[in-house]
Amino acid sequence: MIKTDILIIGAGPTGLFAVFEAGLLKLKCHLIDALPQPGGQCAEIYPKKPIYDIPGFPEVLAGDLVDNLMEQIKPFEPGFTLGERADTIEKQEDGTFIVTTNRGTKHQAPVVAIAGGLGSFEPRKPLIDNITDYEDKGVEYIIRDPEIYRNKRVLIAGGGDSALDWSIFLTDIASEVTLVHRRNEFRGALDSVEKVQELKKLGKINLITPAEIVGLKGDGKIEAVVVKKEGEEFEKETDHFIPLFGLSPKLGPIADWGLEIEKNAIKVDNALDYQTNIPGIYAIGDINTYPGKLKLILCGFHEATLMCQSAYQRIFPDKRYVMKYTTVSGIDGFDGSRKEAEKAVVKAIE
Amino acid sequence: MADVTIKIKDREGVVHEVEAPTDMAMNLMEVCKAYELPVEGTCGGMAMCASCQCYILSNDVQLPEMSDDEDAMLAEAFYVQDNSRLGCQIPITEDLDGLEVELAPES
Repeated sequence: MIKTDILIIGAGPTGLFAVFEAGLLKLKCHLIDALPQPGGQCAEIYPKKPIYDIPGFPEVLAGDLVDNLMEQIKPFEPGFTLGERADTIEKQEDGTFIVTTNRGTKHQAPVVAIAGGLGSFEPRKPLIDNITDYEDKGVEYIIRDPEIYRNKRVLIAGGGDSALDWSIFLTDIASEVTLVHRRNEFRGALDSVEKVQELKKLGKINLITPAEIVGLKGDGKIEAVVVKKEGEEFEKETDHFIPLFGLSPKLGPIADWGLEIEKNAIKVDNALDYQTNIPGIYAIGDINTYPGKLKLILCGFHEATLMCQSAYQRIFPDKRYVMKYTTVSGIDGFDGSRKEAEKAVVKAIE
Repeated sequence: MADVTIKIKDREGVVHEVEAPTDMAMNLMEVCKAYELPVEGTCGGMAMCASCQCYILSNDVQLPEMSDDEDAMLAEAFYVQDNSRLGCQIPITEDLDGLEVELAPES
């Protein structure tokens, strides 16, 4: 059981910044995210795109913003459960919550802050009739452990960065790599496109374009796919079929946690502290809604800050506290580090 | 500048006739969101998610040419037809008056 003060669901910019604000109050945080890396949409969808409305940053790349946030919260030693989706929540008699992921990891905290953005990112599944029959029997939408492909025949479908990058990566592991895409053109970083071109020439990647997979065959596990190329259908034998068509956010199991939901967002009290209808569960960032809500990173930062103050009061109802300025009080990391403003020199000028 | 009228058929087949301003640098995805039609616009309008895919039903309205980005995104999207476009890549201009579109299924 992982125990913490504030359990944050969602490791996007809002969830990450909450760790900093909690840290100033000496509260420890642990984050759960369905994606295998922190940063949420900023890292997954548009890491190389600029953002122009982060106060104090005339321009910052989404990926750099995430890196900076990770650096900013480092002294507060957040824990992470990545690549797992928060599935269930149970309230305990002592008022704490236990949140369990789809992989069975349990987390306990007196305060839960849902910073889930648009929801957890789920793979977009191609429209092939019997595809669900072969899930985890040769069909994988996300590559978790590349080693399972060692000396196997792998067929990847898709035309973006992940299809290109994994095709390149797996040439050193799999016995055969085939890449299928609906077009001859790929959209990805220039060097990945060129690398696939080179590997194709070397015979290390079979490229089948313009084509798509229209059927799956196999007894109990995948043995072949049906490829449709320029109107003609043919079978291609393979041990694994990995469709990489991106991820789309789904509110998912959170919708069944008894929270008040309005238009796919969680209703919160924005006059006070961004708490939901369940005391002790907060919702911050893009996932919440209230009159006048704007889905902006900068609003998420504000909401995270107020949530932490309220969480402190909830965890320590008898303690008096006033907000402090970091410029005045500095930052005391849980790792023993200390940052503070340089002291002014008081010295006579002769 | 005058508003333009656009007809948007939602996923239940209901047609919504909406007025869209031409002077607010809006695009079709944003107009859908402004009228609370079920368009997610996950990526915010960067042609990176296809959640605003729609089918162009009018033949007589001149739309901007498709960029490489939009073309590539549609090559990875589902339910794509010959008349598919991404709403976020269609800026609202006076040329769009009378445009009729249909929202593509959610995927």
